[in-house]
Amino acid sequence: MNKLITTLGIALLVALPFNGMASPQQDLSEFRDYYEKRFPGTPFDDFINGVYSIDPVTREQWEEIEEFPPYELGLSKGEELFNKPFANGKTYASCFENDGIGIRQNYPYFDTDRGEVITLELAINECREANGEKKLKWKKGPIAFISAYMAYTSRGNIIDIKIPDDPRAVAAYERGKKHFYQKRGQLNMACADCHKFYAGSMVRADLLSPALGHLSHFPVYRSKWGGMGTTHRRYGGCNKQVRAKDYPAQSEEYRALEYFHTYMSNGLAVNGPGARK
Amino acid sequence: MTMKQVTSGIVSMTLFCCISILGGISVANADAIADGKKVAFDRKKGNCLACHAIAGGSLPGNIGPPLIAMKARFPEKAKLREQIWDSTAANPNTIMPPFGKHRILTEKEVDLVTEFIYTL
Ligand code: HEC
Ligand code: HEC
Repeated sequence: MNKLITTLGIALLVALPFNGMASPQQDLSEFRDYYEKRFPGTPFDDFINGVYSIDPVTREQWEEIEEFPPYELGLSKGEELFNKPFANGKTYASCFENDGIGIRQNYPYFDTDRGEVITLELAINECREANGEKKLKWKKGPIAFISAYMAYTSRGNIIDIKIPDDPRAVAAYERGKKHFYQKRGQLNMACADCHKFYAGSMVRADLLSPALGHLSHFPVYRSKWGGMGTTHRRYGGCNKQVRAKDYPAQSEEYRALEYFHTYMSNGLAVNGPGARK
Repeated sequence: MTMKQVTSGIVSMTLFCCISILGGISVANADAIADGKKVAFDRKKGNCLACHAIAGGSLPGNIGPPLIAMKARFPEKAKLREQIWDSTAANPNTIMPPFGKHRILTEKEVDLVTEFIYTL
């Protein structure tokens, strides 16, 4: 009996890498190939422009908007907040590598000491707490401004998310991947349904953007919001849209999703903050 | 009731009778078709236009095929109802919501939508 179990165990171990559990690198090349085939007219580097990378009509209007971008006010508030000393005299710079400049491309990362995914917004609030300040609200307002400024100083840097050789990091990645592909909510739709399999189709009057490059330009200013919002604000919106459970911003679930989702944009340039409808 | 309402009432009743006689559709069924159309087009109910072009609806999406020639596609009306009630039976990976199975629509509403879609 013991031998049987061992044999089965070995068989499973051998079979796993070939069934279902593709490595993150394999996932990434499959993901890129998929979009490159689906949108042959879009050069790889252009996917950072979201829906505008596949829609020449609205792209023109958007490029005009980008000349006087609606996120400019948030961006300058973000810069001010970023440089304003806390009560103890220190600033955000003290919490980050390279004083917090040009580092967006490394977020989110898996912290192997803590065993969890650290997003940029989480790091911003932890920095505040470490310096005796109160946490900011997660989805909009000051945290989005600061995050926008940090993204802005990183424009052009290449997204480089790493999955360290740690089973907990792989588990977080797999959890995010599952969230992306699993059908959810009363309407029974997956993120992948809209942003992969039907990317480029119209849902009523909205063109569905490719998920490749989605997270290069967050946070975004959305006219529908009348302001800026973080990645997790958008996740909440898309999950509510299919009448699925919305997880709290910065929950393990959304951090895992962001980890997978950003990893899928490795190799693309940061161009946040963005402006969207 | 104003004179105008009476007149338009008479006009639509007359039209109605003609259509009913020509199409062989009973009055009750014509009501069901009109109600079904409302449910199908309502964004909070069927919202079928999110994905399908449907005669009489504007700005449709194009995720699903245009809903036309339904009697030819579905010789049995019950099969059409099944597609609407549980789209995942025909295609487990479908993006189309299972309207009956997930109680997005009531059984009665699924009936009404089926009546309407079957006229397309
Ligand atoms: C019913 C279809 C649908 C589903 C399911 C859906 N979305 Fe969306 N999503 C949209 C639409 C429509 C937009 C706005 C247009 C666009 O950029 O695609 C959008 C926008 C987004 C954006 C912003 C893109 C940008 O460039 O600013 C992100 C990020 C996103 N969705 C992520 C997700 C994730 C993650 C999930 C799953 C949890 C998901 N979506 C599920 C329809 C959907
Ligand atoms: C989110 C997208 C979506 C919505 C909303 C949707 N459908 Fe569909 N529907 C599809 C897709 C895609 C197909 C193609 C078959 C498949 O992929 O399963 C389809 C197929 C069908 C078919 C079969 C067509 C054929 O010729 O075989 C019918 C009938 C249909 N849908 C009716 C409806 C009705 C009625 C509603 C609203 C109550 C509705 N659909 C809402 C996406 C959708």
